[in-house]
Amino acid sequence: MATATTMLPAPGANGAKRFGLWARANLFNSVGNGIITVLFGGLALWVLWGVFKWGVLDAVFVAPNMRACQAAGTGACWAFVAEKWRFILFGRFPYEEQWRAALVTILLFGMTGASFVPKLWRRETAYAWVAVLVICGVLMWGGVLGLAPVESDLWSGLPLTLILSLLSMIFGFVLAVFLALGRRSNLPVVRLVCTVFIEVMRGVPLITVLFMASLMLPLFLPPGFSVSKVLRALIAITMFLAAYQAEDIRAGLMALPKGQFEAADALGLSYWRKTKSIILPQAITIVIPPLVGNLIGNFKNTSLVSIISLLDLMSTTQIALIDPNWRGLTSEAYIFLGSIYFVACFAMSRYSQWLEVLLNKGKRR
Amino acid sequence: MATSGIADRGSTERSSDTKIWNNPTVRGVFWQIVLIVVVLGSGAYLASNAFDNLARQHIASGFGFLNREAGFDISEKLVPYDPSDTYRDAFIVGLLNTFEVAGLGVVLATILGTLIGVARLSPNWLVSKLAQCYVELWRNLPLLLQLFFWYAIMHVAAPGPRDAWNPLPDVFVSNRGLMFPMPVADPSHKLIWIAFFVGIAATIGLDWWGRKRQEATGTPFPILGAGAALIIGLPVIVFLATGAHLTLDKPVMQGFNFSGGSSFSPELTALLIGLVVYTASYIAEIVRSGILAVSHGQTEAAGALGLQRGKVLRLIVLPQALRVIIPPMTSQYLNLTKNSTLAVAIGFPDLVFVAQTQINQTGQAIEGIGIIMATYLAISLSISLLMNIYNARIALKGR
Repeated sequence: MATATTMLPAPGANGAKRFGLWARANLFNSVGNGIITVLFGGLALWVLWGVFKWGVLDAVFVAPNMRACQAAGTGACWAFVAEKWRFILFGRFPYEEQWRAALVTILLFGMTGASFVPKLWRRETAYAWVAVLVICGVLMWGGVLGLAPVESDLWSGLPLTLILSLLSMIFGFVLAVFLALGRRSNLPVVRLVCTVFIEVMRGVPLITVLFMASLMLPLFLPPGFSVSKVLRALIAITMFLAAYQAEDIRAGLMALPKGQFEAADALGLSYWRKTKSIILPQAITIVIPPLVGNLIGNFKNTSLVSIISLLDLMSTTQIALIDPNWRGLTSEAYIFLGSIYFVACFAMSRYSQWLEVLLNKGKRR
Repeated sequence: MATSGIADRGSTERSSDTKIWNNPTVRGVFWQIVLIVVVLGSGAYLASNAFDNLARQHIASGFGFLNREAGFDISEKLVPYDPSDTYRDAFIVGLLNTFEVAGLGVVLATILGTLIGVARLSPNWLVSKLAQCYVELWRNLPLLLQLFFWYAIMHVAAPGPRDAWNPLPDVFVSNRGLMFPMPVADPSHKLIWIAFFVGIAATIGLDWWGRKRQEATGTPFPILGAGAALIIGLPVIVFLATGAHLTLDKPVMQGFNFSGGSSFSPELTALLIGLVVYTASYIAEIVRSGILAVSHGQTEAAGALGLQRGKVLRLIVLPQALRVIIPPMTSQYLNLTKNSTLAVAIGFPDLVFVAQTQINQTGQAIEGIGIIMATYLAISLSISLLMNIYNARIALKGR
């Protein structure tokens, strides 16, 4: 609509006329464009109408099973989602205790949302994160404060997806900072180790890293010592994400003017003091947008843990689809699941665009 | 002598002030030794654990299994293979399948992505918004979900062969996959291929000669038209001269299924659609930003020089846009190749699928995962090496 406002006719013209002029300028400015508009507009309307008819008009919202659903209408069978949403969101977490998983989900979403506000980028938020993670740990594992203990193998659905993506984000970021510094270090051995780690992780698909964690890690541990499936997946995702974030941070380090390093040296600051107070704050600010981009990718990537049979959102949906009473309702299930992922990812990508503008404000002249 | 003695004393005094552990060089060496010890030590510890565990579980180690009989069938293969062949053959079949998906995917995703990226810049508001919707929709959904979705469409929603969808003449989509016609091989086709490569070679030669002439006389040579005429014209002439032997093997309904033509299994079709649709949404953004990156002044300056529109695009805009487009495009191609490993989730027999079957059968997880990782590392590292060479070549020469 931005282009429309620049082409507005004299004030006082009514809405329809304004729209007509706008349409003329942006949709029908040539014969070819007119044909294209009609063609694509018609196609879009046809598709939208089809989806609306299937998803709303002909849809069935209440039914005991798939047969009843199909008898009641030809459209989507949302009764499936009404029946299964709780399983898809919380999976095998004990039914009676699912309020705990729900609380964890709300807490984690809330904390993530709060961390997106630049005004809250301060020490207290970090403390709040630690507190929230401890609370979440207590709620998920239980076994204290009269909460029934829950095996981590039963953690599933949305809380698991959130835990995996948020924890891998936090640990991955810390690891990434060290990897990036290591790759820029002037100690050859440190540089070599970090470079090899980063390049190997970035060179292989995530699925191989997950296989490594799920199939190979048990072989490397002494007998009698086992690591839970969730933790193994978390380690794999963390290492994978860290390699990508390390490259982002390295780009920030390289973009920093050399004078900053030299000035810090001239002040006689030690390496760690210099890095902590001068270099990292500036380098990371430069690369916040690509870092957020990586987080979106990481959130989507957590769905791969379903391949190594963890019960994340993706696999709870697949399991819900196996139910013989509700067979074949894949579209409904995937649309429900897709909308969860879409809302989260879309919000994050819009946020990162907004942040980019905000962070560049000071640089514009 | 005396001065040197004083200097020596001075330096010893200073070094006695600064403790040895405050010397940056010494500290550097020390920490590196610590790192080496930690890395090698934990490596050795893990390896010894692995040896113990393998011995206890009676799992063999080493790549000897590669020569043993695989004993499992692979549903899709580009080369002959049957269960009595070795694991090595199975891995080759898997690798070729990976290459097939990656190759087709890269070509199709580039075409679709470029179309959508250009549509995104269209002056037509509707077209640009639709393209934006496409990009936002597919970028913000996990690829795995998209693959399951396409797989469900192929398996649940698609009709049986009898009522197969018929989007193009002689192309059928059913729950048995995608069927399409294929030209029947003919001896004359060999000559056509030869003509094709001769055309390419001649174009390269002509281009070289044309550049030389332009440098010497200033007269440009219309290499684009001449090249197209050579590369397309020569094979067509040979095709007509050899008697225009072309019969299409078309898929025909016979009994309960199609026979004839070529086909992609439902798994391959779903995987290809998923990878192409997903990657195209990234490529669209790359193409868009690449075109936008060429400043308007460049186009105007070219216009002021009196260049025609086509020449402005070909000589001014495209070379500069490609400089921005090609590096991220390559990483998208690599991503597509790596993402093709998700094939394992919908049962397309790619490299990972074969490795997983091998691991299940032999229990040799380290070797199986090692093979996959080495393959992908080799692909990734060789592509990034080529990219570095390319980037160095096209880097703007600073004054």
